[in-house]
Amino acid sequence: MYLSPVPLLFEDSRPGRRNWQTPGADRAVATADLPAHMLREKAPALPELGELDLIRHFTRLSQKNYAISTNFYPLGSCTMKYNPVVNERIAADPQWYNLHPYQDDDTVQGALELMHNLAADLGEATGLPGVTLHPAAGAHGELTALMVLRAWLDDQGQNQRRKILIPDSAHGTNPASCALAGFDVVTVKSNDRGLCAVSDLAEHLGDDTAGLMITNPSTLGLFEEDVVKICDLVHQAGGKVYMDGANFNAIMGITRPGDFGIDMMHLNLHKTFSTPHGGGGPGSGPICVTEELTKYLPTPSVVQGENGFELSAPESSIGRVRGFHGNFLVLVRAYAYMKRLGAEGIKRVAENAVLNANYIRVKVSDHWRVPFDRICMHEFVARPTKEMREAGIHTIDIAKRLIELGYHPPTVYFPLVVAEAIMIEPTETESKETLDAFIEALIQVAKEAAAGEDILHQAPRNMPVSRVDEAKAVKDPQLCFRCQ
Amino acid sequence: MPYIQNSDADRSEMLAAVGVKSIADLFTSIPEEVRLNESLNLSAGLSEDQLMRHMQELSSGNQSSAGVNFLGGGIYDHSWPTTVDHLMSRSEFLTAYTPYQPECSQGTLQAIYEFQSMIAELCGCEIANASMYDGASAAAEAAMMAMSQTRRKKVVVSAAMHPETRETIHTYLKHIDTEMVEAPIVDGVTDFSGLIDDKTAAVMVQQPNFFGNIEDTAAVAEAAKEVKALSVASLYPVATGILESPGKQGIDIVVGDGQSLGVPMAFGGPSFGFFAAQQKSVRKLPGRLVGISNDTEGRRAFTLTFQTREQHIRREKATSNICTNNALIALRGCIHMAALGPQGLEEVACVSRQRALEMVELLDLAGIRRAFPKQHFFNEVCFQVDNDEMVALFKQNLRAQGVQGVLAMSAWYDDMDGCFTLACTERTMPEDLIALSTIAKQTFIPEVA
Repeated sequence: MYLSPVPLLFEDSRPGRRNWQTPGADRAVATADLPAHMLREKAPALPELGELDLIRHFTRLSQKNYAISTNFYPLGSCTMKYNPVVNERIAADPQWYNLHPYQDDDTVQGALELMHNLAADLGEATGLPGVTLHPAAGAHGELTALMVLRAWLDDQGQNQRRKILIPDSAHGTNPASCALAGFDVVTVKSNDRGLCAVSDLAEHLGDDTAGLMITNPSTLGLFEEDVVKICDLVHQAGGKVYMDGANFNAIMGITRPGDFGIDMMHLNLHKTFSTPHGGGGPGSGPICVTEELTKYLPTPSVVQGENGFELSAPESSIGRVRGFHGNFLVLVRAYAYMKRLGAEGIKRVAENAVLNANYIRVKVSDHWRVPFDRICMHEFVARPTKEMREAGIHTIDIAKRLIELGYHPPTVYFPLVVAEAIMIEPTETESKETLDAFIEALIQVAKEAAAGEDILHQAPRNMPVSRVDEAKAVKDPQLCFRCQ
Repeated sequence: MPYIQNSDADRSEMLAAVGVKSIADLFTSIPEEVRLNESLNLSAGLSEDQLMRHMQELSSGNQSSAGVNFLGGGIYDHSWPTTVDHLMSRSEFLTAYTPYQPECSQGTLQAIYEFQSMIAELCGCEIANASMYDGASAAAEAAMMAMSQTRRKKVVVSAAMHPETRETIHTYLKHIDTEMVEAPIVDGVTDFSGLIDDKTAAVMVQQPNFFGNIEDTAAVAEAAKEVKALSVASLYPVATGILESPGKQGIDIVVGDGQSLGVPMAFGGPSFGFFAAQQKSVRKLPGRLVGISNDTEGRRAFTLTFQTREQHIRREKATSNICTNNALIALRGCIHMAALGPQGLEEVACVSRQRALEMVELLDLAGIRRAFPKQHFFNEVCFQVDNDEMVALFKQNLRAQGVQGVLAMSAWYDDMDGCFTLACTERTMPEDLIALSTIAKQTFIPEVA
């Protein structure tokens, strides 16, 4: 960790400092024929720094981050697995990154073949053969799938169906995507085993049901045991079932959503398929759908024709959801990952992810409250015990203390169905030693919390900054340098 | 197995700790009838070396645009400093998560704040967000933000906006109660007259437009203001090296694609979208925002802010569903803008335009005229020849000489037979222009050539 403050680029800027230069520029020539009102008086006020200072600035900033390459990230629902470095090398091949999206198809056969085969492999892994690689992230995939659902409903003359059922443990993106696609959200309760309550679901089904969005395994890390029945009920009511595939890592190669009744789902290539999170993207959120829904997928898709691979528009496509052909270089990494693993390796991913999560669960469940303490999938949810809460310790304090101990905190305060939730997902790529050390840290923090120790309120004390006043950032907004 | 560190012995020990006999016992909550009995029908795994060879074989099926390239249409062959590749590939940036925990994410947070600041400066706006997926989806989000802010339902979109941007806006809007109106093109620029009224939420224009022509964004801003609609410009950010920022001309929301700011063409993605607006709209903005605050000791600290707009807090009432954006590519843009500085950006803009001016002169000698000679262009120019057959022949002749270029407009516009665009950047060399004009002469005036 680099602890000292790093001045802003603008604070380190000195007039006349140069770095990147382009020879041959002549402003007078470049602007001679342009009317004055189109032109700016002087160049934009970007910072002026030399190359070495720039390198130090960003290198030091990088050293103020936790990252998978330096720290364990047991971040529930985010699948922070190792991002294989070979994929970075592969994506850095100029034969990939120098392609222009409007080159003729016959000059980009390698790229189109990769997209075609990746789509086919994802279709096989999910049991849902219609695949689009367009969506830029999971939420974008959700929105795309809901638009596909709208198109299908319209074709069926069923556009009065406006309600989407969503379990109360769902990610926030699910209801937000529904709103964007013009659907109304109906919340379905969880039962006392943490699963989607079939009886509550059945009560909400009717002529106005467009579908169900279910996360399986759920955000509680539990497989929806009644999923086959749930899908049947929704289908009987005339709706479709969408699966949020954020947790696909747990079941890849073990079971296929298409086989248990799912009609559409998204995958997060930046979770399950190992592409780096990059501090918040770029991701990629392909959606996989049944044969029946394939013709509604976004434009373009890659098809294999007589003269090789080509881009084409599906028959009743919803249209474009973004520019060009998807986050291509993310697709390259995911493709490389799948090829490296193969069928066998992919199954091992799920097995080890689930084993790692259960191992932590059994080792800490005597020290933490684990509301659904049975065999879990790739993650489980814990929360502070009554004793800790009475000692004035909240989940936020636990999270910050874990930062101090060298761990990125688990996902906290989510899912909403468990108060003060701490959601732990170790992924398959962590070693037993790392898990053991983390377990020890969790037990240590549990003891400190039960004793109400003040260090938990003070944590973290060894980071570049201590706890941040988030309210002040809203009350006194400073969002960019010039407007301060 | 690749990337899995635990050994069989570790697994046995862990299974015992969990209290089960086998891995299969961990999956009994999955109904037996839907568990896979056989392995997936995928190829067998490859060693790292085999993988590298396989990928090289696959990528050699491409003909890269690294050589002479005049293709534009939203993705441009600009150069970038090595510092960009070097710094953004640092694994502390690459493998970090979204900075929800500010104490261990100050690096990403400060870089995003700096990104927001520089984007706001280029756009001429007060604030900018942490990035969007790309330019097209950013434009669609701008339309929705304008509808939400004005509580109106009509969106007027310039027909000279990038066709894929227009299509994306259309896809986003068609499922909600909206009226999308397309403003026609008159002599290569948009004619909004008679279309903007008191029902209008957004007036949307691209600067420069899809034909490379510079639009009168100041007039668009004014027309929108008169009816209290919001004006939206989709901006090619490099152009702000010499052109006035749309925000300074009164445009309310400035969006665009950041590919030209240090991002490889990459077959069109990932790049990043940007989204800039005025401070008063902050609560309507989509996407993440980073702000400055203090820590408990009074030190400057960066943090995600105004999160109550976002899906993880507001769910169906959020301003957008966007969660993961394109942060790492925005970081590329951030480093690139900082490496260029004011002079660097101006130079890139100037040289790109100088080459385009030279291109117009040289092609004129080959008898190729601009389609819209009355309009001003930046670095991309729309030309017109007799018909699409000639366009196709020109393109074919260029390709035969290893030159990429010629975007036929009739792919998107029915009435533009014989029209095509070519784009220049600072990477366009004088000899590339000579090659272009030689091939043009051979194509169009073979008797002279």
